[in-house]
Amino acid sequence: MSAVLTVNAFETFSQLLKARSGLVIGQDKTYLLETRLAAILRREKLPDLNALAERLRRPGADALTRDIVEAMTTNESFFFRDDKPFQHFRAQALPRLIAARGPGVGLRVWSAASSSGQEAYSLAMILTECKAALGTRKVDIVGTDIAREQLTRAKEGLYTQFEVQRGLPVQMLMRYFRKEEANWRIADSLRAMAQFREFNLLGDLRPLGMFDVVFCRNVLIYFDQDTKKRVLEAIAAQMTADGLLYLGGAETVLGITAKFAPVPGERGVYGLASTQRERRPLAVGAA
Amino acid sequence: MARTCLIVDDSRVVRKIARRILETNGFDVAEAPDGQQALESCRASMPDCVLLDWNMPVMDGISFLKHLRAEFGPDNPPVVFCTTENDMSHIEMAITCGAQEYIMKPFDEEILVSKFSQAGLL
Repeated sequence: MSAVLTVNAFETFSQLLKARSGLVIGQDKTYLLETRLAAILRREKLPDLNALAERLRRPGADALTRDIVEAMTTNESFFFRDDKPFQHFRAQALPRLIAARGPGVGLRVWSAASSSGQEAYSLAMILTECKAALGTRKVDIVGTDIAREQLTRAKEGLYTQFEVQRGLPVQMLMRYFRKEEANWRIADSLRAMAQFREFNLLGDLRPLGMFDVVFCRNVLIYFDQDTKKRVLEAIAAQMTADGLLYLGGAETVLGITAKFAPVPGERGVYGLASTQRERRPLAVGAA
Repeated sequence: MARTCLIVDDSRVVRKIARRILETNGFDVAEAPDGQQALESCRASMPDCVLLDWNMPVMDGISFLKHLRAEFGPDNPPVVFCTTENDMSHIEMAITCGAQEYIMKPFDEEILVSKFSQAGLL
């Protein structure tokens, strides 16, 4: 049986995670530390979390720190998660964004905290299906995450049999995947549409450029109020005047920031508040 | 009134697992151990959907599906394959012959529910 986590050790982990990723771990969530860091304990041949915290306080623990942040912030992802946001993106957002832009003006879509890439590739499938409406315009999908291992997986676009059966209709599997031994590889055409970059949502978002659509789903729930506000307002600064933000079902901007306004009748979909739209470009995508 | 699902699989264990999941999700369940008995079951009382194994004695799943579509039309009832056959050629054949969705075994409740949702059954 593992030793009880000391107050000092808990503080080490909670401060580290808050500073590096925004993740807030309450005292009631210490089981998450135990389950998610178990593999690191085994690898480092450490008896318990107290010993791991002690190791973190020593110099030269940068790689270990990174591994811990990755292990704690990796969240499950699946294709077309919750379905509704993707339906809205396809049926409402895309036609409106296309209509508001000239024929040569491209679109930029951001999958924030893209994990192993399923969200970005779900968007790529929709955009491919809407090719006729998009015409010759260029579409960029940018997936970002702080977890390098997940970014590598996303770039590879290789998924298990289990993963391609969660949320993905069989017609999409037939159209956009090929079997590689026991796994399924996403089509090269979709991989070419999406680029994945290491990026921390707590950092300066400006180098990412401006976006017409942002999917930032099931990320804010792990942040405290101040961090939510900071991240949401930084995202708002990277959005075009008519851009749309998609949050997770349990997330909202209400009571956190006035920079966004809900899209009426659409849970989890937000546009910039009217006060924010002034002096914003309508479109930024390259032709 | 609860919707009905006919589970067609020669494995009693698979039928039992699928039955538990489907009943939990509001279905009334009937069972058949092969395609021939499944066809007779459909003729007697048409289910709202079918969960269908591929490899079975007497009549396999794809033969059952072809008979079903020839006798009762192209779309009804919806059929979800559930099989260890996990290559693209089997998937394409199943869809071409009129299946609505395809589950590759092993499966769990999440996959079955996801696939039934994709097929518009949940």
